[in-house]
Amino acid sequence: MTVQAARGPAPPGAAGAALLGLLGGFIAELRRAGLPVSLTEHLDAAEAVRHVPLEDRAALKCALAATLVKHHAHRQAFETAFEVYFSLRGPQFVPSDGAWADADLAGARDPRLEGPGGEPLGDEDLARMLFAALLGGDQERLRAGARRAVQRYAGMEPGRPVGGAYYLYRTLRNLGLEALLERLLETVQDEAERPLTPLEERLARDEMEARIDQLRKEIEAEIRRRLVADRGVEAMARTLRKPLPTDVEFMHATREDMEALRKVIGPLTRKLAARLASRRHHRSRGVLDFRRTIRRSLSYGGVPAEPQFRYKRPAKPEIMVIADISGSVAAFARFTLHLVYAISSHFAKVRSFVFIDGLDEVTDLFEASEDIAEAVHRVNTSADVVWVDGHSDYGHALGVFWERYGPSITAKTTIMILGDARNNYHASETWVMAELQRKARRIFWLNPEPRSYWDTGDSIMSTYSAHCDGTFEVRTLRHLERFVEQTF
Amino acid sequence: MAHRFAGVSAVRDGLNGVQYLADEGIAGVVYLADRLVKPVLVEGPAGTGKTQLAKSTAEMCGARLIRLQCYEGIDESKALYEWNYKKQLMRIQAESQTWDEVSEDIFSEEFLLTRPLLEAIRATEPVVLLIDEVDRVEVEAEALLLEVLSDYQVSIPELGTVEATQIPLVFLTSNNTRELSESLKRRCLYLYIDYPDLDREREIVLTKVPDISQSLADEVARIVRSVRQLELKKSPSVSETLDWARTLVLLGVEHVDAETAAETVHVLLKYRSDIDKALKELSAGDAPGSGLPR
Repeated sequence: MTVQAARGPAPPGAAGAALLGLLGGFIAELRRAGLPVSLTEHLDAAEAVRHVPLEDRAALKCALAATLVKHHAHRQAFETAFEVYFSLRGPQFVPSDGAWADADLAGARDPRLEGPGGEPLGDEDLARMLFAALLGGDQERLRAGARRAVQRYAGMEPGRPVGGAYYLYRTLRNLGLEALLERLLETVQDEAERPLTPLEERLARDEMEARIDQLRKEIEAEIRRRLVADRGVEAMARTLRKPLPTDVEFMHATREDMEALRKVIGPLTRKLAARLASRRHHRSRGVLDFRRTIRRSLSYGGVPAEPQFRYKRPAKPEIMVIADISGSVAAFARFTLHLVYAISSHFAKVRSFVFIDGLDEVTDLFEASEDIAEAVHRVNTSADVVWVDGHSDYGHALGVFWERYGPSITAKTTIMILGDARNNYHASETWVMAELQRKARRIFWLNPEPRSYWDTGDSIMSTYSAHCDGTFEVRTLRHLERFVEQTF
Repeated sequence: MAHRFAGVSAVRDGLNGVQYLADEGIAGVVYLADRLVKPVLVEGPAGTGKTQLAKSTAEMCGARLIRLQCYEGIDESKALYEWNYKKQLMRIQAESQTWDEVSEDIFSEEFLLTRPLLEAIRATEPVVLLIDEVDRVEVEAEALLLEVLSDYQVSIPELGTVEATQIPLVFLTSNNTRELSESLKRRCLYLYIDYPDLDREREIVLTKVPDISQSLADEVARIVRSVRQLELKKSPSVSETLDWARTLVLLGVEHVDAETAAETVHVLLKYRSDIDKALKELSAGDAPGSGLPR
């Protein structure tokens, strides 16, 4: 790992300029990825680099992270960019005396990877080696094995316009990690003197999963290294650049994105709640209440010694959330529900309803469980939301809502409707929206699609939005946060 | 100015020496803080040793630790300095002098009460300044810190500018309840202390809990890692891990099985729902939904 950075000690002159140029490119990439890196921080990074040994890649990374990344959520983007920029092997970056780069690309001549007679390892030998490395937790061999596996299975060819995910998939398919995990666990079982208790089994499983995950990361890193060597830094950085978790669009989130989103929503809601609370706090002092001040002054002989203020009573609306949880917008609904319940102490009452073409109240699920994530999960499994065919039918769902819950809407109720308003060409039942608007205090529509897509195809957003007090494009967590902060 | 540390490994060894097991990242940032003469902003989940890092660094350097505990509503007079009004009054009443003498006199250093920030700046011996839970102060009050953090000086209108005689090492900790302002972050190095990985946690348990056996420490660390993978309200912190390990040692447990775990898990987890969840998950070896993380 350290070999690619080993280009002699700290760089005066030309090499130093090259390093500064590289740093500049790296920082430009960070900015493109959405990190706010200021000029001061750029200077700090340049200064910090002077104090760490350049051949030590970990130290360099630490120095850059400390000076450039001031927010933990940005860390992932930094890691990706760092991997690309500081494992350089493209032809234009190969040092003049760098025969190592080519040799390395062609596959390291690692004695451990070769058979007794210097023959390359066969499939079985490789599998056996990886198995042993995983079982023993041997980092060095794991890395070597990963490198070999990529070389053997990924089938990478220079200049082929295929993303890293494709190569990763090919390599992993050949390795069969799921089966490998089971075999590892069996081996652990067999090696134990007595049968493992469930707890021990669970611990063993977690341990092995962690190790296999490590292997997967090594493989990804290896593929990335080779791709960078092939395509050059800029192109690779562009391919790998991912939005920050708060900027991931709900509609297009991959499973990994979801994982990242789930991690940030907790801290985000906590921050949001604190902010709302402190705003309440600061607003508490109102304007002078003239009438009561005069009234109170009578006890001081007409001297207004004790001014009275008209305190603002924080509005505590009742919230009704009506969420479309059909496939395309389920993730959006899930995060919004999570957020609304996390700040539910600011509301008098929160009731939630989910629908696809039928509608069901799920307030109980949230009230029964202390764990919001768990409740959100249960919504997906236990709510009765399918009426006919399981395709969104806003008209019917609204009709049912009005019929069953219409009477409980009061002038204090704020209604939030979550969905993309794609009605599959069913009847829109717009009159329900008109009734709802008449009866409720406010009614908002949160749509996870970009505004430009509204009213295209089967989306009937404008039909409904005519009866809303506000429509919001909520594509990312950042939008969601802004909506909550502005509205409540 | 002479540097405090020779290199990253020196920092690391030094911290190890005072029983703080730092990883590369932590040691690296502390080293840079010294070299670049910049404060360190430390963030991370509660109970991962953010405050302890400042304390241990002070111990390692043989420096005095000056601590400013932040809270909502903190102001100049609590953070920087305050004039000692009572003493000033007494001085005025004590003897009749000319107005000029008195007015000159009562704004001298004798009547100045130093608060942590000014104290750290004026100290002649080496100090480590810890500004704890900086996220609790309001955005406006952050401005109080900026002059100290970037220029290591405090301006007092009546006295002039007090510059640092020695540059203190400064640590700010934040629990991330609100976003700190850009101007504050820009002036600091950033360090995120996450939950330690398996090996480091085991080492921490071995260092901090006397009389614990190698195998028990290993089990504790592994169970805690598994628990942290669950989606909990509050994941166990390092200090809770240590409490749990101490409990197990006191109870004379040599090997953690499901029953012992069930009896003592309340030391580790503090919410009813978390405890239920952990017990359910951990006693079912092949939990549904577990599988390869994707």
